[in-house]
Amino acid sequence: MIVLEKRPQPSKLWTAITPVFAVVATMIAGGIMFALLGKDPFEAIRTIFWDPLFNEQFAAFSRPQLLVKAAPLILIATGLAMGFRAGVWNIGAEGQYIIGALSGAAVGLAFYPTESFFIFPLMVIAGALGGFLWAMIPGLLKVKFHTNEILVSLLLVYVAEFILASMALGALRNPEGNGFPGSRNFKDYPSAFNAELLPNTGLHWGVVAAIIAVIFAYVLFSKHMMGFHIRLAGQAPKAARFGGVDPARLILFCLGTSGALAGLAGLFEVSGPAGQVSIDFNVGYGFTAIIVAFLGRLNPFGILLAGLLMALTYIGGELASFMLGVPTAAIQAFQGMLLFFLLAVDVLTNYRIRFGKRKVA
Amino acid sequence: MDLSAISPTLLLASLMVAATPILLAALGELVVEKSGVLNLGVEGMMITGAICGFAIAVETGSPVFGFIAAAVGGAILSLIFGLLTQYLLSNQVATGLALTLFGLGLSSLLGQGYVGIRPPAVEKLDFGPLADIPFIGRVLFTHDLMVYLTLALCVGTWAVLKFTRAGLILRAVGENHDAAHALGYKVVKVRLLAIMFGGACAGLGGAYLSLIRVPQWTEGMTAGAGWIALAIVVFASWRPLRVLLGAYLFGGVTVLQLNLQAAGLAIPVEYLSMSPYLITIAVLVIMSAPRKGGKARASLAAPACLGRAFHASH
Repeated sequence: MIVLEKRPQPSKLWTAITPVFAVVATMIAGGIMFALLGKDPFEAIRTIFWDPLFNEQFAAFSRPQLLVKAAPLILIATGLAMGFRAGVWNIGAEGQYIIGALSGAAVGLAFYPTESFFIFPLMVIAGALGGFLWAMIPGLLKVKFHTNEILVSLLLVYVAEFILASMALGALRNPEGNGFPGSRNFKDYPSAFNAELLPNTGLHWGVVAAIIAVIFAYVLFSKHMMGFHIRLAGQAPKAARFGGVDPARLILFCLGTSGALAGLAGLFEVSGPAGQVSIDFNVGYGFTAIIVAFLGRLNPFGILLAGLLMALTYIGGELASFMLGVPTAAIQAFQGMLLFFLLAVDVLTNYRIRFGKRKVA
Repeated sequence: MDLSAISPTLLLASLMVAATPILLAALGELVVEKSGVLNLGVEGMMITGAICGFAIAVETGSPVFGFIAAAVGGAILSLIFGLLTQYLLSNQVATGLALTLFGLGLSSLLGQGYVGIRPPAVEKLDFGPLADIPFIGRVLFTHDLMVYLTLALCVGTWAVLKFTRAGLILRAVGENHDAAHALGYKVVKVRLLAIMFGGACAGLGGAYLSLIRVPQWTEGMTAGAGWIALAIVVFASWRPLRVLLGAYLFGGVTVLQLNLQAAGLAIPVEYLSMSPYLITIAVLVIMSAPRKGGKARASLAAPACLGRAFHASH
């Protein structure tokens, strides 16, 4: 008989290697899924994980995409990880991402066609502020009325999507766009365009912000009192309360920070890679970032690696759909599977497996 | 704008149809939560049920097989959640989210070849002269079988939870799993069964959307219905008959805003479309707010072990 025995403390070794296990298990299960779809599993896995980086034909295009796709994932996941550690579940990052993008884009478009150095910084501030305020709704409702932040933040994603539709078709629509939905393209507006900083690297301001966020989060968790409070509240809520941690402040901090970071991610995306506010410029980074946060073990540097890996599955998935005709939905299922496997093997981090009979207590 | 075009009779009749998928999903989740498990994967199970039901109904030409397939599909998907949370003791919130993300991906994968097809029609029940009663007949007796089965399920869930031994065990497991375990009840087994019941109900709810309410298959067609079902469970303070009230309230708002859109109200369509979500949030706030000097209605009624992992160390 197999018995699980709780470890006194989570194993550090297993914390580090379970993500690797999960990725390998997902590759195997994903391979089976591709085989069921009638594709060669080995070729599919190679196309997703290897070709974007090392195939001579595609790498030149794919490699810069890696940073473009990883940046929003890392930005959002870093913020989410703070909350997840404290037991504050912001799962509406997609909504904060949309509202951040809308606020930032609206500020930029308001200045059109003025050219000046201060426009882009203003847009960045507006983007962060938009995401922050959108996340404050579940935050304040939680603090004032004890409303469940999971449900409120998630429901607000749908509200944000309708606001996006209304903006793309109404207030932010390009007046010279011949009636097509969508705003002006930021590519034609240099002062507001989030351009590549180094040509053909994919490095834009969002990548810089993501790296800063990771370092900031690392310092917060390891050196700052707030980071200690976050960990304490997550692991021992009662002890935290006796220790003088203000739960309301913590909730607002976690939701506000993750909202601001998601808003930033949205702004960098809409003013750079996406280029314009359109009805469906958001592609679900806010949800994928949840997987990234867990895959990175809620650790800033882990999230950096997890973000790059998840970006790879996006690019590889597009490549596989283009080259092998694998449906893009398969990649979404693949990413979901990864989270399942990660949660499943995580049992090894917190429990020891014992073989043999259970002792009578 | 022409508000007189909105007929209260038709409004109430379509309200019952609009509320049915959410009522099904919410009833399933209520049983799951009563057993002390929080499954946030309702949305994923619903959409998987929607495509399973749709595909099988199209392939076999029988909506009945479709609904059975949807229930089985939802239950199988929920079993992944059950195994992870009950045997591998994973975090319920994270696992539920994983279930939703996976379900959305899986459903669009399964639904590849089914976009733009019409499913076999589901016949309405013939109540004969009853349907001719003015107003009441039109509102109550013009629906398909699933509407009435769902209502029966609602009353049945209430009765089982309140009056039977099985219901008592389920509640005991949800309120205090250690005490239930000490009394010899199989906590994990009870919870697994509850989780599968929840999955089957969510699957049925999804299939009702794709086979009757819409009726066709589009990616992401549940559009947050699963999350609203979760909110309705909180709104209902974990009581089956109040779940009915919550689902009808939500159905009413949905139908009303659709009618207002059709009537050409001066409010833009997008703002009307977001109203059900906003009203759900408002209702959650009202139910969660602490009363003077006391605890909130919702937190008083929540099963005491909700969301807590059970690990029998002895």
